[in-house]
Amino acid sequence: MARFDSLLSSLGGTPLVGLPNLSPTADVRLWAKLEDRNPTGSIKDRPAFFMVEQAEKDGLLKPGCTILEPTSGNTGISLAMVAKLRGYRLICVMPENTSVERRQLLQMYGAEIRLSPAVGGSNQAVRVAKQLAAENPDWVMLYQYGNQANTQAHYTTTGPELLADLPSITHFVAGLGTTGTLMGAGRFLRENVPGIRIVAAEPRYGDPVYGLRNIDEGFVPELYDDSVLTTRFSVTSGDALRRTRELIDAEGIFAGLSTGAIAHAALAMAARAVAAGERADIAFVVADAGWKYLSTGAYAPDLAEAERTLQGQIWA
Amino acid sequence: MAIEIRIPTILRSYTGGAKSVQASGETLSALIDNLDAQHSGIKARLVTDAGALHRFVNVYVNDEDVRFTGSLDTALKDGDSVTILPAVAGG
Repeated sequence: MARFDSLLSSLGGTPLVGLPNLSPTADVRLWAKLEDRNPTGSIKDRPAFFMVEQAEKDGLLKPGCTILEPTSGNTGISLAMVAKLRGYRLICVMPENTSVERRQLLQMYGAEIRLSPAVGGSNQAVRVAKQLAAENPDWVMLYQYGNQANTQAHYTTTGPELLADLPSITHFVAGLGTTGTLMGAGRFLRENVPGIRIVAAEPRYGDPVYGLRNIDEGFVPELYDDSVLTTRFSVTSGDALRRTRELIDAEGIFAGLSTGAIAHAALAMAARAVAAGERADIAFVVADAGWKYLSTGAYAPDLAEAERTLQGQIWA
Repeated sequence: MAIEIRIPTILRSYTGGAKSVQASGETLSALIDNLDAQHSGIKARLVTDAGALHRFVNVYVNDEDVRFTGSLDTALKDGDSVTILPAVAGG
């Protein structure tokens, strides 16, 4: 279907495209789910819309309400669009070491931004948002890390779309942040595809992001259930960068950096399937396109220079 | 058998500030014992009294989370690279 009543009703139903050049053999095939084809250009439109709808149903959100959310960017941008259309005020708490495009998009949609310190990354954003929520009890924090509507969005849309488009799916690979995509789509696929591998690609940043004062300040999202996953990779900025370029070179896909990390994990699983002599249909998520990251220098011609400039930035 | 272990900032007080150290062991459990013999006290930060990995500690062997490869029983071989990181929020 190509005609919709409104932008919001065009959510989801994204294309799954084959990657004939990156697929290692005719029996081990890679497929990319183009989540940049969502209303604001990222997979986060799904959970943002579902979380707002659920909060409205639950009576938490009423016209004129203020929504508060810790976010490194995409969830904030998605929420800002929904909030604009539905008449809510939005305050995003975002680490200061995120790209300028994300901030400008948020501001354009009318969201207010509170910056949290670079050291500690999203951990700090979560802490600052929780403080603000405690100080402002009338604000509604949707809290993507613990909101079941985040998981539900992927359980009811992303997962079924993948199975409908690729009934022979053997692997699903996605990024691990809030864990919503993997928990939701992963659980759906596990219930419907015996033996499917659910593979997480987690971005690995520079030291400052892990600069906790003590280990008990660590954070595991409330949504996370490791029994849904079968493999979890930690992917360095360098590997993510290289794969982002490979996607452009081999398949013409201009993806964001977290997608580079996801593609890296997908290609690792493809190599294992080839080595084991197994058939595989590996679907992975293209979480967003590269536009919002141009200012980071990640796409500059010199790869080593790009890697240096990316140090200390939250790129996923 | 030499295995490189990358140490997160928060645990470098145990390694004299070193970002990475060498240790040996046929399994992750043996490796952590060997690490602790060289850098006393670090094991208690990684492994609980009950003998499981601490909830907020992630350990990767060649970039793969050991919780999906046998946890502390994960087998190691010469040249493997081990990375220890605290669990932090992403997204």
